[in-house]
Amino acid sequence: MATQKTSITFSRRSFMKTGSLAGGGLIIGFNLFNACKPSAKPPVNLAELNYNDFNAFIKIADNGAVTIFSPNPEVGQGVKTSMPMIIAEELDVAWKDVYVKQGILDTNNYTRQVAGGSQSIRFGWDALRETGATARQMLVNAAAARWGVDPSECTTQEGIISNAAGEKLGYGEVVNEAAALEIPENVTLKEVKDYKIIGTDVTNVDIEKIVKGDPLYGLDYKSEGMVIASVMRPPAFGQKLESYDDTAAKAVDGVLDVIRFEDKIAVLAKDNWSAMKGKKALKAEWKADSKLESTEDHDKLLLGLLDGKKFQTLRADGDVKKAFAQADKVLERTYESPFLPHNCLEPMNFYANVTADKIHLVGPIQTPEGTAKNIAELLERDFKDVHLEMTRIGGGFGRRLYGDFAVEAAMISNLAKKPVKVVFSREDDMADGIYRPSIKYRIKAAVKDGKVTGYHLKEAAINSNMYGLIPNFFPAGAIENYQVDVAKYDSNITTGAWRAPYTNFLAFAEQSFFDELAELMEVDKIQLRLDLLQKVKGTTDERIQYSPERMEKVIKTAVEKSGWGTKPEGVYQGFVNYYCHNSHVAEVADVVLENGSPVVKKITCVVDCGIVINPLGALNQIEGGIIDGIGHSMYGDFSFLNGVPQVTNFDKYRLIRMKEVPIVETHLMKNEYSPTGLGEPTLPPAGAAIANAFKAATGKRLYKQPFSKYPDLLQGPEKEIIG
Amino acid sequence: MPTYQLNINGESRSIEVSEDTPLLWVLRDHLNLVGTKYGCGIALCGACTIHLDGVAVRSCAMTMAQVEGKSITTIEGLSEDGTHPVQEAWKEVDVPQCGYCQAGQIMTATAFLKNNPDPSEAEIKDAMQGNICRCASYTRIYKAVEIAANKMAK
Repeated sequence: MATQKTSITFSRRSFMKTGSLAGGGLIIGFNLFNACKPSAKPPVNLAELNYNDFNAFIKIADNGAVTIFSPNPEVGQGVKTSMPMIIAEELDVAWKDVYVKQGILDTNNYTRQVAGGSQSIRFGWDALRETGATARQMLVNAAAARWGVDPSECTTQEGIISNAAGEKLGYGEVVNEAAALEIPENVTLKEVKDYKIIGTDVTNVDIEKIVKGDPLYGLDYKSEGMVIASVMRPPAFGQKLESYDDTAAKAVDGVLDVIRFEDKIAVLAKDNWSAMKGKKALKAEWKADSKLESTEDHDKLLLGLLDGKKFQTLRADGDVKKAFAQADKVLERTYESPFLPHNCLEPMNFYANVTADKIHLVGPIQTPEGTAKNIAELLERDFKDVHLEMTRIGGGFGRRLYGDFAVEAAMISNLAKKPVKVVFSREDDMADGIYRPSIKYRIKAAVKDGKVTGYHLKEAAINSNMYGLIPNFFPAGAIENYQVDVAKYDSNITTGAWRAPYTNFLAFAEQSFFDELAELMEVDKIQLRLDLLQKVKGTTDERIQYSPERMEKVIKTAVEKSGWGTKPEGVYQGFVNYYCHNSHVAEVADVVLENGSPVVKKITCVVDCGIVINPLGALNQIEGGIIDGIGHSMYGDFSFLNGVPQVTNFDKYRLIRMKEVPIVETHLMKNEYSPTGLGEPTLPPAGAAIANAFKAATGKRLYKQPFSKYPDLLQGPEKEIIG
Repeated sequence: MPTYQLNINGESRSIEVSEDTPLLWVLRDHLNLVGTKYGCGIALCGACTIHLDGVAVRSCAMTMAQVEGKSITTIEGLSEDGTHPVQEAWKEVDVPQCGYCQAGQIMTATAFLKNNPDPSEAEIKDAMQGNICRCASYTRIYKAVEIAANKMAK
């Protein structure tokens, strides 16, 4: 078990600054993302920095009220609640006395203020604790000085400082003195056993506003003089604007102007409905300037890549060729996935007001910094002119990592000389996406003398391939001869990250494959996975970051909690264990046949994400990830014909709904490892868990998503008997 | 443009809009009641659910002619201070992730429970089937509806 750090190892001066507030009180500003990198050097002279140069703050007023400004974009992953909880824990205040506000965004000097990759908590853990502890220590030092005692004789509890003589001072009574003190070089962090806030169920800090329908989201934002822009973009990927006629559009009541920019046409109107109507009345001619691609072409191209030889090797251990040549048995399977739109329920939108002295941007964005920089560059403006405010985000799933909609808003505002909000209709949102690319995997394994001796994973993808440490995930390190090769086809269809990039489909491919491999080897499916993990224990390979010990515990717990192998007749189970986004997960699906078709009744999920900050929020992420994973592997389908997306709204795009949702039972592993994120890790295993259970129920194995597209494979033997 | 007299959250409001303007956009853009959300515009996601004479309807598919003279309730008018038993249940269970769909979910649940105060599991699932939650907070939505039913029975 990991031991907790009790003092910090780098100078907090590099990311923290304190001072007194004009109205009395103490403020501590810190830059979370600078703090996350101990080696980072302050970009400028800290003494000259304003508080705007920090992206998170604690404010303690002289009445003792604590305000914590949460730094990260809130897309529904819960960091606006959980990150301040960590600060409040070390500050040692009662959660009920804490007021949380969305942090002021500063993108001027720093490099990472992002919601993505399930990394907010993992990266923030040390810095958030140290910041809270530093503030606490300064308050204690101020009280000790007033009492004339040593700070070590003082204790704190819920915002009250006590000394050995039993005297007490509230934080609010010493904040002004504390603000004048030096930042202490060393602070002591709490032991896990002493946590009072971390590990307790804390309700979403915005819950009251959400249930009352208060304005929180980008779509709700308004400003004086703001106009709505509805944008017509090329109907097919690969087209350019040839000409357009805006006569009818301009005649629509409420339409104010029609502006061309790039290959797009913006209809500006006084309200949303007028803008949408104006866009419908636009007439435009488009011309292909590159190939108009279809899904059928992609399928052939990707299979061609898998059959071909043009690969980049991302990891190679031993000699897979030799392993296959010497094998007793070889298994090779191909798995195929479609493009997927993100379908955030809040459609893409952004507000921009570009004026001579400032660029004011407001809206839902996962990457405020990159987007603000792009806009400054594009408009040839000083980056310091950009002021970006983040709203609560009505779903991200990766789509809002890309600031295309914000760039559009800025370009239109710059041309129209007006405050503009670009609003995508649902059709725009689905047809002008930055999609999860279609990917195909081919996996080949060699078996010799009852052991897996070779494993070769090939990826063929549209536009981009797996990156980072993914090629080193399980079973890397477990098989002597192991290779990961990737190839890609460059398409004009825009693609990008989609919740748990690559692993969202790779997990299905690999975990389906392990099941089939176990069948071929005539060994127990779970034992095969456990045996492979044994070989990874004690590895010195730094690229391998999954822990075989932690994974083994997760697997064994899932076996026990799911009643694996002990279910009554008619209940079919599927098993998956998976590591991604630094968390270890196992999922077991329970499936029954109803009218001959498999129905998912229950998912038992075991998660090791280290210390759980907010169990209430954690369970929400875990359940959401699993159900999202089931929904997209069952129903998510998206295709193109001559560059044109074939579905553009929920009449033809099926998302999972209430009746398709199984019971989810979650077990969190208790340990003291540093926490890791939960926004993504439970999604990838879900598709494989149900597919493995479907195989048990129907005898038929699924190789392509979405499963609902292959009804013949979703029919059990019972149906045939009845028929 | 024609003028319509609407009864919204107990207040009479006079609105001048083109006759094809859906109620959703009248609420959001003309009356600044932005709690009712735009999700799909074709009555399939449920984000824009409101009550029309106590019945849950999709405001994106309602014209002025269809709603004039009827009693319209939006999430802002469901309770004075967010303490309707359904809202209380939503808070108790901590339903939302991103939260965007939740006003629509709450409006659907509220109208449903008014007519069916003691629903079965299947009835709850049927009633909520029309509301998409992209974050998939469905297990909590279900639980909150159950709890709300219990609260309202007391």
